[in-house]
Amino acid sequence: MDEFDVVIIGAGPAGSSTAYRLAKEGFNVLFVERSNRPGSKNVFGGRIYSYPFPEIYPDFWKEAPIERYVTQENLVFMTESNSVTMKFDSSSSEGVSTQSFTALREKFDSWMAKKAEEAGALLITGTRVDDLYWENGKIAGIIAGPDTVRSNVVVAADGVVSDFAQKAGLRRELTAKEVSVAVKETIKLPKETIQDRFNLGKREGAAYSFVGSATGYLRGGGFLYTNKETISLGAVVNSEDLSLQKKEIFEIIENFKLHPFIQKLVRGGKVVEYSAHMIPELGVNTLPALFKDNFLAVGDAAAMVINHGYTYRGVDLAVVSGISAAEAIIQARQRGDYSHMGLSSYPDFLKKRGIMDDMNKFKNAPSFLQNARIFTAYPRMVCDFFDRMYTVDGKGKEKIFDIGKDEMFGKVSVLKMLRDMMSGLRSM
Amino acid sequence: MEDGQEARPPNQGLKIVVCIKQVPKGEQLEIDPVKKTLRREGVESEMNPADKNAVEMALGFKDEHGGEVIALSMGSRSFERSLRMAIGMGADRAVLLSDRALAGSDTTPTSYALAGTISLLGKIDLILCGEETSDSSTGHVGPGIAGHLEIPQITYVTEAKVENDKIIAKRQVEFGFETWETTFPALLTVKFGCNRPREPTLSRKIKAKRGNVIQTWSAKDAGLDESKLGLNGSPTIVSTIDTVELPSRKGELFSGNLGKNVSDLISRLVRDGFIRG
Repeated sequence: MDEFDVVIIGAGPAGSSTAYRLAKEGFNVLFVERSNRPGSKNVFGGRIYSYPFPEIYPDFWKEAPIERYVTQENLVFMTESNSVTMKFDSSSSEGVSTQSFTALREKFDSWMAKKAEEAGALLITGTRVDDLYWENGKIAGIIAGPDTVRSNVVVAADGVVSDFAQKAGLRRELTAKEVSVAVKETIKLPKETIQDRFNLGKREGAAYSFVGSATGYLRGGGFLYTNKETISLGAVVNSEDLSLQKKEIFEIIENFKLHPFIQKLVRGGKVVEYSAHMIPELGVNTLPALFKDNFLAVGDAAAMVINHGYTYRGVDLAVVSGISAAEAIIQARQRGDYSHMGLSSYPDFLKKRGIMDDMNKFKNAPSFLQNARIFTAYPRMVCDFFDRMYTVDGKGKEKIFDIGKDEMFGKVSVLKMLRDMMSGLRSM
Repeated sequence: MEDGQEARPPNQGLKIVVCIKQVPKGEQLEIDPVKKTLRREGVESEMNPADKNAVEMALGFKDEHGGEVIALSMGSRSFERSLRMAIGMGADRAVLLSDRALAGSDTTPTSYALAGTISLLGKIDLILCGEETSDSSTGHVGPGIAGHLEIPQITYVTEAKVENDKIIAKRQVEFGFETWETTFPALLTVKFGCNRPREPTLSRKIKAKRGNVIQTWSAKDAGLDESKLGLNGSPTIVSTIDTVELPSRKGELFSGNLGKNVSDLISRLVRDGFIRG
């Protein structure tokens, strides 16, 4: 029987960062990936926040397969016919911003896995782990097909559905309300076309979030990111809303794509990839347990996701949780104790890295986002306001204040709006 | 093989070599319309499909009779991936013949080089090859190796069994099957799809990646005459490759009365010479 210090299930950003950190520390690490190439089965919007990487990988900016640096943020309120865009431009003269970047998962995840391999971890791809291996009521390894591999610690980095966090008894299955469904198309266009259309330099990238008709006014949002030679276009929609409204996610993205605003951006492009994914929307109050004897969960498997309407964070949190889990395992080795007690510094490391603060700050974001008005009434209100403001039809111009009063007070009560604004500000 | 005609000692297990090539994945293959060659850059590669059937057949022999299975390939270091796959499936070890001198070899130097390598692997009972590769489909290399080693060969084998000191193989021919038998050592080329290749298991994959199971040999290690290798040793000249441009559809639609549509369509097909009236 093969034996390792640590076995990690999954070679996405969470699994690979755990493997990398532990291998650097001299641990004998096995990480097992179901797909033939790390990242080839993984789906995300398209943007990664960069803050955790340079500390972990000293040559990150030189080596990592970055598509474009996001220098342009756009928030778009959208109805079927109109849209209002708020644009934030942060391009420097070098066309580089270190805040966030776009990436392709197959390249990025493969790069992270390669770093872990170079550090000495053993990567096995194309193998599905079937079960946890238990000894005397404790997790002691994994089972894949006819083989068992023993280890002191098993780390579940197997993504949102995380069979293994469930098998270990850390969490139950997610309910419809607790997940959003995301779909994404990758659309190929020449580099120059992308740069011209989005007004970007060679290495600059644009990020868009859309509210309103992008999701058919259901809770969620649309997104668009520019890569070097492709555009990631997609939508995230609450799955409960989908079933209540009897809508299919593919209809939503089809309609979104037909919006004139989007049409102009993707015109002439060829869809080269279509993908769908589930996103846990738990908020820290309902976060599952993160670890138990000889076992930890990281990344999506531990519901490490923050979605508050216009920023979607996952990969950065996956990496931070991976590194934190690795540090907890390193401490456990020093204590010679891989039990729940021995691993108990995991949440402390998460706190130290500010993740628990972030998760706490946004703990009400899911409930704020549960408020349907944000996705239905307000986008329409904003668009109608501007529509009337810019309308000159010879019948006499209205005063902006009057338009505003009409648009706002006619549709939602003042009290409700103030309350929504307050709860929104508090949860963001 | 010098001692080729000796009878195989009973109950010793079989020592089998399986020859493997790594090829571009079929569904990703495109032909460069200008250069008229296969586009290999950026295309994922895999073990040649028929070679997987050969590995499975070899492992089936080993399951039944014991012995050793050695995977052999010739190519760049990236071919280790397919050799690791063979070890993941159950092969005991692998040899990769890798040398710049081999670049550009057609099937003539390839069979010479593989035969030379095999002759240094000790006393071999069986050599298995895939019937042909999916990227060039010549089917030359298996028979070429048998020729260089001067051993019997049975090609396009779908089933084979070992009885005492003989091997009995069923081969597929154009209008059916033939069954042949021969003595050891022998070479079989294995029909694509004739069996179901086993999946590599986790602990065998760990062995393939960790253990020192792949040896890399240079042309010199294999005792090869460099003048017979590479482009210089290859008599094949590719003069031209034609690609077929599919004509675009006319997109004509017959609408209205169904009976009339059918007769209109038929008379049109007759007129344009697609069917005879």
